[in-house]
Amino acid sequence: MTRPPNAPRSVLVVAALAVAFLTLPVLALLQRAPWSGLVDLLRRREVVEALGVSLLVSLTAAGIVLVLGTPLAWVLARVDVPFRRLVRALVVLPMVLPPVVGGTALLFALGRRGLVGQWLERWFDVTLPFTTAGAVVAATFVALPFYVVTVEGALRTTGDHLEQLASTLGASPLTVLRRVTLPRLVPAMGAGLALAWARALGEFGATITFAGNLPGRTRTLPLATFQALESDPEAAIALSLVLLAVSLAVLLPTRDRWLPTR
Amino acid sequence: MTSAAPMNPVAVSLDGRAVVGDLRLDVALTVEPGELVAVVGPNGAGKSTLLRLLAGLVALDAGSLALGGHIVDDGTARGRIPPHERRVGWVPQERLLFDHLTVAANVGFSPEATPARVDSLLDALDLRHLADHRPAECSGGQAQRVAVARALAAEPDLLLLDEPSTALDAESRQRIHALLGDRDHQPATLLVTHDPVEVAGLADRVAEMTAGRIISTPPT
Repeated sequence: MTRPPNAPRSVLVVAALAVAFLTLPVLALLQRAPWSGLVDLLRRREVVEALGVSLLVSLTAAGIVLVLGTPLAWVLARVDVPFRRLVRALVVLPMVLPPVVGGTALLFALGRRGLVGQWLERWFDVTLPFTTAGAVVAATFVALPFYVVTVEGALRTTGDHLEQLASTLGASPLTVLRRVTLPRLVPAMGAGLALAWARALGEFGATITFAGNLPGRTRTLPLATFQALESDPEAAIALSLVLLAVSLAVLLPTRDRWLPTR
Repeated sequence: MTSAAPMNPVAVSLDGRAVVGDLRLDVALTVEPGELVAVVGPNGAGKSTLLRLLAGLVALDAGSLALGGHIVDDGTARGRIPPHERRVGWVPQERLLFDHLTVAANVGFSPEATPARVDSLLDALDLRHLADHRPAECSGGQAQRVAVARALAAEPDLLLLDEPSTALDAESRQRIHALLGDRDHQPATLLVTHDPVEVAGLADRVAEMTAGRIISTPPT
């Protein structure tokens, strides 16, 4: 690191403190990790089960996010929809909403007596609360905005000049979308999907409120970690390490975008 | 070079009530196939707006635009023919290539572009050696040649060139001029330019535009 001559020492000190603050909890986790018995801990049924539920729920949620979020991001970026600011505010709301509130809202919307849930049960015999599908709904609810915001931002940054040009070459709107917009959007879609998946994987509040904490069905890694913290701290640390490893695995491939290098 | 479709003269007509933003347009101009009409005039006269309007990239707020005898924009969203149905090619001033595609795929982007047409354009504009390269590897001059080739490959009835050789090196400028100067089998072309050499060397006619009006199209 070379220090520019005009960098005040006090700013550097505060920046270093901030880095320490962010790194300290991770270091503490690593320091307390039961390294020798880690493999046995990770082989435990409840850990394997929670990992399975977490992967199933978060990957399914990521798939739904991709299918729902891509058209939504495109519409927000390119179409002059009425009340666009309001629509965007509603889309971003789950990002700032406490997840427990989100879970409660989902319960009143999709619960067995909820606004839509009662009809889902009556007409299609579909019950979402306290099921794996419910955990997927909760994870999708909190993760979708991360994807939409990322992809919409990329669409706005690149502008629509190339799409306009493609249309003058005789390409229909669907062809333009398929041959120009989407191929150029792949990096942003990947970054948005990684963020959304990480958010879905770490989801806690909305899941426990809407889908409960049922082993093998809705008990994801964060819920299992919270559960283990009371009775078996070593298992909680092992579960936390799994989540930490997965989070790093998501962050590293997208480092060019989120950890800009010079 | 070969051309797939028989070409007809293209009549461009904007009645005096045609308005885009603050600009009122009054244009009546017929361009023959193979003919190149240079559109000249001061900055702000509406030359680039005229081209974008013809290509369908900006919409009339009022009035109407007829192209080849058909109304393509009547000032309403419903009465506007979209760009991909107009057969109007457009080469903008700025560098606009599909950077996720190779040079050959750029030239062959249009659904109208046949492999034979793409091949002959790559040769005519000396782009053969770049065919499998990405646009990021092209110089400014090469990129603009790709843009011209791509527009021609789409077999437009009307080709719009917005200062295509501005800021190009001498060699690229010469190549584009040589291609545009060979008017056989070329579409009716409108060339917006500030370059008197380009006007003298390429234009069959000059249309002078002032404040949205084409006031004269004397033969050169």
